[in-house]
Amino acid sequence: MTAISPPAARLSAAGRARQWLRDRNIPPVYGILIIIFIAAILLDAFFGIDDELFILNQTILTNILVRSVALGIVAVGQTFVMVGASIDLSVAYLISVTAVGASYLMAGDPNRVWWTVLVLFVIGVLVGLVNGTLITRLRINPLIATLGVGLILRGLLNATFENFAGSVPASFQTFAYGMLGPLPISVLVLFLVVLVGWFVLRRMRYGAHLYAVGGSEEVGRLSGLRTERVLTMAHVICSTTAVLTGLFVVSRLRAGAPWVGTDGLYDLESIAATVIGGTALSGGKGGVWGTLAGVLIFSILDTTFNQIGIDAYMKQVLRGAIIVLAVGFYTFRSKAEQG
Amino acid sequence: MARISAGTATTDSFGLRAWQAVRAVNPVYFIALVLMAWVGLRNPAFFQPDNFLTFLQRAAPLMILTAGQVFVLVSGGFDLSVGSVVTSTVIIGAILANNDPGATWWVILALLAGGLLIGLVNGAVTTYLKVPSLIATLGMLLMARGIGLLWSGGAPRGYLPDNFRMWGRGGIEGLFGLQDFPYAVIVLVIFGVGYWLLLHKLNYGRQLLALGDNPRAARLSGVNVNLMRISAFVLCSMTAVIGGILLGGRGGVSIETGTGLEMQTIAAAVLGGTMLLGGRGSIPAAMAGALALELLFTLLNLLGLPKPLRDAVQGLIIIAAVAYTAYSTRRNR
Repeated sequence: MTAISPPAARLSAAGRARQWLRDRNIPPVYGILIIIFIAAILLDAFFGIDDELFILNQTILTNILVRSVALGIVAVGQTFVMVGASIDLSVAYLISVTAVGASYLMAGDPNRVWWTVLVLFVIGVLVGLVNGTLITRLRINPLIATLGVGLILRGLLNATFENFAGSVPASFQTFAYGMLGPLPISVLVLFLVVLVGWFVLRRMRYGAHLYAVGGSEEVGRLSGLRTERVLTMAHVICSTTAVLTGLFVVSRLRAGAPWVGTDGLYDLESIAATVIGGTALSGGKGGVWGTLAGVLIFSILDTTFNQIGIDAYMKQVLRGAIIVLAVGFYTFRSKAEQG
Repeated sequence: MARISAGTATTDSFGLRAWQAVRAVNPVYFIALVLMAWVGLRNPAFFQPDNFLTFLQRAAPLMILTAGQVFVLVSGGFDLSVGSVVTSTVIIGAILANNDPGATWWVILALLAGGLLIGLVNGAVTTYLKVPSLIATLGMLLMARGIGLLWSGGAPRGYLPDNFRMWGRGGIEGLFGLQDFPYAVIVLVIFGVGYWLLLHKLNYGRQLLALGDNPRAARLSGVNVNLMRISAFVLCSMTAVIGGILLGGRGGVSIETGTGLEMQTIAAAVLGGTMLLGGRGSIPAAMAGALALELLFTLLNLLGLPKPLRDAVQGLIIIAAVAYTAYSTRRNR
């Protein structure tokens, strides 16, 4: 990370700026975020379908943040498993299970909120434990293990529910629609999750262990880490964030349906946001602040596409292209990525 | 592997040697055989030649798609765009052909050219931009589906002419004394044998496996690493177009045709012992894995399980099979 740098005097201005960013551990993705933000403003100014500029409209600005909440929370969890050189494809199905489970169990009754939330988090922890055990003890490739668990969750859910089931009480919808002063509660929750994620990864011993295991499991084990436990814990954290996202989604929709998680593409998009944020698929580096920037990039793009009236399918095409280009932006420069 | 020394070999019982021979066989073949026997038990008519060929016709697309995916997997990558390419093949094929039988041939050529282009982009992005293939092909998943839906305006329109659909649902009457010998099975045999030769008998396959096993060593020994990687993606995408033609022929035009196929092909290949991240894999075993999956779907259907529960059982079986493979590979080391 901190290669021995030449004396500052010999660096160009750009080099010094880069040095400054590196010293403060600011992920390069924030550069892309700023570029995309400026591009969004320009596109909106020249091609916007209404005269209003989104940059001056507080509702739209807030909306960009709210749009980031669902993906952002689960992407923080995905960052944990990916730092540990694993991956979790089951999150989308777990989000569906949570959303349906919440509206079904609460059935509009405010008194049932607390134990429902508790039950759902227990389910989340169990799913994380199963994922972690399959990967660390049975040595199943994480892609296949979490896909299998996802299929099981989807099968059980679809066999039980076919449509929207039950509803959450109005009080529970404060999570999605409530405001605390000028800021939506959901956005505060997102920042809280990111902060906790950062603290655990960068300030706690567990975080250091996870980076070690992700960097090289072999080295981690040889230096005395219980690598299985460390990685299983990361999966538990990831599943927990998926449950939290599911709760947010259902509090927004008032009722959950079996397709809310998969239609939101939360599995692949959380992986994409994490990779754009600078966490390598091979594990051992990256962090939650980069992931947050990756998620913000997605929501700024979504908002801009709406502002300039781009066709829904064209959006998909552009989204795919931008994911690839954003990741290519820095993998292209670091040649060490592949052999 | 050779744990028995020469001195004791003569005293080996026949049973022990037979057991070792059995253990050397890829377990996926046993899984497929057991499933096949089970299906036959529930439905004795299954083994009648016509019924069995109809089953093979249904299994052919997944088996061919899996064989294509194996090339990318053994080279050390993933192709998540397979399902989207299948869907777009069907949607765009229907728009281009628009029920005109005279158009079929150039439409198929155009679709294959599209597959070639998609494979080139996947390959170029992975090799030159150094984007991990999981992300590169995830981007392509979104783009390929987006382009298909954009072109059709979101709902399928147009029809596939009959001579386009015959590949997926038609057959040759009276061949081998059978009612109908499905074209799809002929295509399956051609691709199965062709891909087996390509990966296991030709220099190309040896280079690809070497590349997946150790890219650095492969490059140093003169393998054109970039060209090999790109060619694997091209093969996989063009195979996806073939799969799309068969699936569109069988099921008609729908935007759901290819949904989930990317993961099914990867799961089938892994079931057949293909190692993710490259270096090891076998075309016949992977195709047997795909066959086993299709047999499993048939069996769960025969057992009368509701469709959603089939997903759950499929998940369980994949986990169990891969856990067993991982366990036996570790034991044999």
